[in-house]
Amino acid sequence: MTTLAPPQEQPLPSTSHPGEAVIRFDNVAIAFDHPVLEGVSFQLARGETKILMGAAGTGKTLVLKLALGLLKPDSGSITVLDQEITQMREQELFALRRKIGMVFQESALFDSLTVEENVAYRLIEETGRITEEIHARVLEALRFVELENTFSLFPSELSGGMRRRVAIARAIITQPEVLLYDSPTGGLDPVTSNTIIELIVKQRDVYQTSSLLVTNRLQDAFTMASHYFDRAQNKMVPIHDGAQRDLHTRFVMLRDGKIIFEGTAAELLRSNDPYVREYLS
Amino acid sequence: MPIFSPTEFAKDQVQAVQDYSLLAGRSIGNIFGRPRYLSDTLLQADLIGVGSLPIVVLTGFFTGAVLALQTSSTLQQFGSLSLTGKLVALSMVRELGPVLTGLMVAGRNSSGMASELGSMKVTEQIDAMRAMGVDPSKKLVTPRVVSSVVMLFFLSIISDLVGLTGGFMISYLLLGLNANQYWTTAYQALRFGDVLMGLSKPVMFGFIIASVGCYYGLSAKGGTQGVGRATTQAVVAASVLILVSDFFITRLLMGFFQY
Repeated sequence: MTTLAPPQEQPLPSTSHPGEAVIRFDNVAIAFDHPVLEGVSFQLARGETKILMGAAGTGKTLVLKLALGLLKPDSGSITVLDQEITQMREQELFALRRKIGMVFQESALFDSLTVEENVAYRLIEETGRITEEIHARVLEALRFVELENTFSLFPSELSGGMRRRVAIARAIITQPEVLLYDSPTGGLDPVTSNTIIELIVKQRDVYQTSSLLVTNRLQDAFTMASHYFDRAQNKMVPIHDGAQRDLHTRFVMLRDGKIIFEGTAAELLRSNDPYVREYLS
Repeated sequence: MPIFSPTEFAKDQVQAVQDYSLLAGRSIGNIFGRPRYLSDTLLQADLIGVGSLPIVVLTGFFTGAVLALQTSSTLQQFGSLSLTGKLVALSMVRELGPVLTGLMVAGRNSSGMASELGSMKVTEQIDAMRAMGVDPSKKLVTPRVVSSVVMLFFLSIISDLVGLTGGFMISYLLLGLNANQYWTTAYQALRFGDVLMGLSKPVMFGFIIASVGCYYGLSAKGGTQGVGRATTQAVVAASVLILVSDFFITRLLMGFFQY
């Protein structure tokens, strides 16, 4: 397990009201050549982490893109940070999206920009150039993902795992209210995956950022549900048996465009649904 | 193999025209709003303008030269060889300068824009940009449209001048025309309407080159093959649109100036 640099203490956003829904899907449906999502309803509470699981092609990534307003549903309602986004115009969505961070499946880093410019992208948009303050914030974000020495490198010069960590740094640099992770460990080796999961757990436990995470890796999902970030030890540690610690992490399982399970890790393991049992085996 | 559906085909075409019109409209509307990406616009101006200079100069020079060469034999039959300068000037300024420059820049830059934006689209960089609250039409399309329009305007002027020089070289060195005679007839032949026609076309062509290139890039799908397809389509569509719009602009201005 890698040791992470101590995170800088950050207060929660002033609008924080634990328990309120930051993302709410009501009966959402979308079809392309065939229906992909049908009557999907769930909500993500503030400070909560929801792990979306399901076989390939069940619409997990689509849920993230819908939550970000990158796609519009055919029917249903999606509320993000108290705003109903299905009727919002693209121009109106830009302001809302600045409060949300997204880590794309293949990182989606700008290949013609350096790591520093990638991570600072949102901030450069506001100021027009890299200032001393922006440089310091980029350094802090890169230190969070242990890549402070990659400032001037281009994405093509980084490994897959490093690119994923830069993408996380880019997503968290503005301390967004919601984070969306699209298969952040997909295609990575177990050691690198664990590093990424540790970063996500750290973001969850230190900053209490509401997160929606898509993954196909059961091991990663259960690691998140059974570990917490210990700030004293500065690393991710397992919860001891019998310890009472709510990690605000719940599972959602999709099958054929519908939610077939929603609950905690313990409830998932106790589920009698044949598909869930098969998925877990 | 799926059966070809004329209805679906028609719907797709209408959808494409609608998407292109919206993108083209937004690219103009963005000029009047903030943020303005001045550094991106200057970078594109350098890539499009300075980068295209060699091919525009070569094309213009040899077009002017061959024009003088081809027409000289016909003019000689009527004993009007002295009108070579006038013919080259009118042809280059009104028609060949802007159109050939437009076609050359379309081949070079429409394809470049389509492949660059297409690659960004298929690797989710465009989605990432939108996800970070940045409008791709403002950040990527408007700077390309503005710089294409401005640079094509100046490139056409350069092409006209170099074309006239090419015509002069042939007239002076091969046809034995007097330099003063060539340049005087060339200068006196041009009226205000001719110059206006020659300078209004590149504005339209520059807009077509950038908007078509960006549209095909942003609509690319299907991985690297899709990017390749978008690149080819962008060059073909931009070239055809340049020739079609050239006809209508010419007809409109000819009517206006009563040629």
